[in-house]
Amino acid sequence: MTATSEAAAADHSHRFHTIVTTVENKPGVLARVAGLFARRGFNIESLAVAPTADERFSRITFTVDVASSSLEQVVKQLDKLINVVEISELSPTESVERELMLVTVDVAGGRRHELLELVDDFRAYVLDANQSQMMLSLAARPGRLDEFEERLRDFGIVQLQRTGRVALPSLDS
Amino acid sequence: MDMNGGQALVKALECEGVEVVFGLPGGAILPVYDPIIESTIRHILVRHEQGAGHMAEGYAHATGRPGVAMITSGPGATNGVTPLCDAYMDSIPLVCITGQVPYAAIGTDAFQECDTTGITLSVTKHNFLVTEAQDIPRIIHEAFHIATTGRPGPVLVDIPKDIVDPRNPRSAMTWYEPTDDIMELPGYRPATSGDPELIRAAAEMICAAERPVLYAGGGILKARAAAELLALAELIDVPVVTTLMARGCFPDSHELCLGMPGMHGNYTAVTAMQSSDLLVALGARFDDRVTGRLDGFAPDAKVVHVDIDAAELGKVRNPDVAIRGDCKLVIAELVEVLRACGGLDAQPDRRAWRSQISGWQERHPLVYEQSEPGELLKPQYVLEVLRDSTPDDTIVTSGVGQHQMWASQYWRFDHPYTWINSGGLGTMGFSVPAAIGAKVGMPDRMVWAVDGDGCFQMTAQELVTASMERIPIKVALFNNAYLGMVRQWQEMFYEERYSEVYLSYEIPDYVKWAEAMGCVALRVEAPEEVAPAINKANEIDDRPVVLEFRSAAEENVYPMVPAGQSNSDIVVDPSQR
Repeated sequence: MTATSEAAAADHSHRFHTIVTTVENKPGVLARVAGLFARRGFNIESLAVAPTADERFSRITFTVDVASSSLEQVVKQLDKLINVVEISELSPTESVERELMLVTVDVAGGRRHELLELVDDFRAYVLDANQSQMMLSLAARPGRLDEFEERLRDFGIVQLQRTGRVALPSLDS
Repeated sequence: MDMNGGQALVKALECEGVEVVFGLPGGAILPVYDPIIESTIRHILVRHEQGAGHMAEGYAHATGRPGVAMITSGPGATNGVTPLCDAYMDSIPLVCITGQVPYAAIGTDAFQECDTTGITLSVTKHNFLVTEAQDIPRIIHEAFHIATTGRPGPVLVDIPKDIVDPRNPRSAMTWYEPTDDIMELPGYRPATSGDPELIRAAAEMICAAERPVLYAGGGILKARAAAELLALAELIDVPVVTTLMARGCFPDSHELCLGMPGMHGNYTAVTAMQSSDLLVALGARFDDRVTGRLDGFAPDAKVVHVDIDAAELGKVRNPDVAIRGDCKLVIAELVEVLRACGGLDAQPDRRAWRSQISGWQERHPLVYEQSEPGELLKPQYVLEVLRDSTPDDTIVTSGVGQHQMWASQYWRFDHPYTWINSGGLGTMGFSVPAAIGAKVGMPDRMVWAVDGDGCFQMTAQELVTASMERIPIKVALFNNAYLGMVRQWQEMFYEERYSEVYLSYEIPDYVKWAEAMGCVALRVEAPEEVAPAINKANEIDDRPVVLEFRSAAEENVYPMVPAGQSNSDIVVDPSQR
């Protein structure tokens, strides 16, 4: 990690909070959870939902940009939702976060070789390619994705999609 | 036992001990209304679905048992949204059953379809869309469990028509007993007893406080903790304020009772809180109508906050000790701890505090000027006469506005569950249907609906329900020809520029209107007519009675803390300035 990205990560953790909830895997539960944020005017920065190992439950991981004091209140209100089974806030220092990015980049300008070097540097993958474009994937820390995205701008980003982060607590936290 | 979903729904309600359902049938809920004919459940046919919801609220308030409303899909359900929100704000246990279009038609803009669970998501404690007839007994049991435990609240159960319609194969189900074991609520863990260490910490703060106040909120009533509160106050000899939602949880005639705090609270209750060095908030939520401008509220007070809902702790005011738990259990435990500490002997000498309080009481009692001959009635006077002419366990319901504040101020609530009003949402029109619900739940008690003319015009049609169902409530209708509270604000804060607040004394003719709805009705215009009219109303027990009191339009509610100002800037009655 470069010094700049370290600082960026610190800044990120200051503003953003990662909340992980285990919820019942039922219709409408996401709407209940999202509704609580909407009601208070908080924007959900990123969101990832999928069933857990036990398919009766899903895990919702979301990142919100909100002051800690307001967040505490929202967490308490989330906890009141009948379908929310468990809720925790993950601090970046005590958790492992990953996010996946798919991106199509313009390589018409003859910079294919330069791009492939970048792909190697970041341990990204080439998923598809033709004469003028290349589709890449990278799964990494969200900050690393930011960095990759920044470097790709120079080539020309045609399309980009990120999944939103998922997180688990570190083993010794 | 094989049955259909409609039969299962009615049987499930019976299993929950439901005695009465307030409702109005329509297309989607129609199949459920057929087995109701054979059921032991009494159904009360309302004239508007909002009435069903408020009746269920009044019933729940008065009895402590969950109120049940049953309405149809679409407009039936949307008409039920206001009482659901009202019950949500005031933590009233309610189960609302709504019909829904057949499951396969959901999302197709079918006739009388609306997204009921979506619309009511933010005004219910929880809601369910039932998709299989087989789930009905379990979900109904879960709905009652959620509505009545923890912090109570409304739960809505939306039922597609196909799963209750015997002509549809999707309604087939096999009955099973709805017991606690079959509930599937892994995320629902209501709080019960409080953390003993925190209770000890609270006791220590009480023992150190020189100017403590017990700030009793509606949670005392929800927890049925009036006896525990009385024991606590008497043990440590500390004054109690009772919020609008808590009136009656501590007897107004008790020497430790300071009455109602807040925007229209009495001077002593407001000022005692402002001057206190310890507020013990019990099932109260620091509502803006109680605190006034927050940064000026009780500036020297430390706070002990007891609430069953963790989300209330620290929501408005950061407590020094926050105890999550049921008020009844926590207060009982607190009493034990304080008693073990030495009871009253362990409390500091608070004679200075008590004399300060009695000084405020002497200087700033509630006052109004009696009307001169030929003038219209003073509502405060009428309420005093009504209070003194009725049994002291009379249940009083109220709408929202000036009449509500005067009723809360001038009544003497000496019993819990005798005051029923719309506190949080402030729903005009609450009074009449709530009174009907209360009377259905407590048929042996006298029930008076105190109402304003603006409120009355919103839900008066439920008096037809009361007449037809022989529910003999009594209505004290204060006709001051205005939306009085709004008029008061325009007088005080908008330079007497009166905008859209005039209603008229004469239209409608309330006596004729009430008579047309099957009520006995009287118009009262002079002070000497007040007591005889009330006595006559009290003797009528076979139909509803409406007394129209022609009241002075210019009368204002005092004291008043203007919105957005500190409670220290309380405006007292002009005669006390």
